[in-house]
Parts: sequence; structure tokens; C-alpha cells
Amino acid sequence: MIAAAAFYLFAAVLIGSAAMVVTSRNPVHSVLFLILAFFNAAALFLLAGAEFLAMILVIVYVGAVAVLFLFVVMMLDVDFAQLRQGFQRYAPLGAVIGGILFLELVLVFGTWTFAEDAAGLRLNPIEPQVENTRALGRVLYTDHVWLFQLSGVILLVAMIGAIVLTLRGKPTSKRQDVAKQIARAGSVQLRQPPVGAGLGEIGIERPPVEAPPQPKQVEHHGHGGHH
Amino acid sequence: MLAVGLAHYLVVSAILFTLGILGIFLNRKNIIVILMSVELILLSVTLNLVAFSAQLGDLTGQVFAMLILTVAAAEAAIGLAIVVIYFRNRGTIEVEDVSTLKG
Repeated sequence: MIAAAAFYLFAAVLIGSAAMVVTSRNPVHSVLFLILAFFNAAALFLLAGAEFLAMILVIVYVGAVAVLFLFVVMMLDVDFAQLRQGFQRYAPLGAVIGGILFLELVLVFGTWTFAEDAAGLRLNPIEPQVENTRALGRVLYTDHVWLFQLSGVILLVAMIGAIVLTLRGKPTSKRQDVAKQIARAGSVQLRQPPVGAGLGEIGIERPPVEAPPQPKQVEHHGHGGHH
Repeated sequence: MLAVGLAHYLVVSAILFTLGILGIFLNRKNIIVILMSVELILLSVTLNLVAFSAQLGDLTGQVFAMLILTVAAAEAAIGLAIVVIYFRNRGTIEVEDVSTLKG
């Protein structure tokens, strides 16, 4: 009973904040409502018994993705009022398509029935005595280990992609510039050494060494300090 | 098992999905809000998977929900990186101005 009331509360806040995300005038408010929506979705996950996913949702979405959005929204100096032009123009089309989509989804879900042998076809049945995180770990690292590895590869590719996209070459970086290196002039002297001469005749040629700075001359006023 | 019926979860998820689609249409020009709408859509799909997982008593749905979370995080990172570099190059992020590849 109280779980049902909690479900309706969280679902109402979730839908309300999702509506505010898409209709908010200020993108910063959109991001903040997105955070609220994620929190309420995490609560719905909790009610469905998926505690680990609920915590992951809070950590990953609220802690990383939403903050990333907030950072980008605040960093870019964009005229958001100008970006909202045409908001009313597209609203009817969006409402019609959204309504059609919603009706289709309700039609599909309204006539949903499980197959009679659905309980026997389960891949990883939930055992009530094992807590959710432990059970997820047991299947994730054994049966679905390739999915786990795939997640790692996806995150690696995303990380490298984001870094490569946004990395700007710093002017102080000591990267090798081959063209400049070949085209340089004056820093290398070309000599024609006599054929057959050894080091004894030629000697080792070294670039001239600048004289070390002389120590500063300190004037002395007589001998001793005290008279 | 779920505290409320499976249909409740599915309806909430369908409303969330529809709001995400609506957000893409409403904010045609603002790529950041479009990315947020995509996040909402992915969240609704995750909610579906978790609801079915709880109703059927099968953990596989939650495993796949974790994959969706991973993909959503990667998508947000890449998408925002593209937005940042586009803004750096062009000084605007209006979706309708992004037509350089049209030639």
C-alpha cells in the first residue's frame, strides 16, 4: 500500500520534471530538472527491487552525465533566447507525433500478456535470498562477461573520442615539427673534412661555449668592518 | 514482484518516452536540450527493462539496463564534446546552421 503510494508520488514527480526538462525556458533549469528526474527514476528502480541500478543511476547520471551537461551549458556562451525561436511552431507537430507514439505504446502494453512458459524460460531467475548487487555480480562476471567487456570498450572509445575531439594543441608543447626541422638554416655548419685525416689532425669540434658570467665585483671599503 | 502492476511502470515509461520525443520536436534548435531528451528516452527504455525484469523475476533485464546506462553515458560524453568543438569553431550551436557537410 505504502509502496504503491510512493510509486505514484515518484512517478508523478518524474513525469512532471521530465516535462519541465523539455519545456523549460532556461537550459540550466532543464539540466536541474533532469537531475530531479533521474533521482525519481532511481526511486522507481528501488521500488522495483533493482537497488544496484538505482545507485548506479544516481552516481553515473546525476554525478557525471548531468554535471557534464551543466558544465557545457554554463561554459558555452549561447544566446538561448534565440535558440527558442520556433518553439510554438513545432509544438503542434511534436504533440501530434508524440500522441500517436503514446497511443501505439499504450496499445502494445495494454494487450501485453506473458507466455505461459515464461517463468521456465528465464535466463537468470532472481533468487529472493540473494541481494540484488550480489546476484547481478554473479551473472555479470560469468554469463554476461562479454557484455561487461563490451561496456568497457564502449567507455574507452568514448573517452578517447572525447579527448581527441576537444584536445587543443598547446603552443608550449614540444611536439616535433618535421618540416620546420628540415627547413632550418644557420644552426648547422657544413664542413668538408680532409680525406683520411683522423681526430688527431682535425680535433673534436665543439660549439663555442659562452663564458660563464663573471661573479659580480664587490667593492671593498678598506679592511675590516669596524673602526 | 512489483508493488504496483507492470502496466503502471509501462505507462510511466511510455509517457517519459513521449516526452523525450516531444522535447526533440520542441527544441529543434537547441542541441543540448535535444541531447537531454535523448537521455530521457534512454531512461524510459531502462525503466521498461527494469520493470519487466522485476515482473518476470529475471536478472537479465537489469544486466541489459546497465549496458544502456553505459551507452547513454558514452553518448552524452561524445555528443557534448562535439557540441563544444563545434561551438569553438563556429561560435554557435544552432542545429539549422550545422550544414557544412551539405557542401
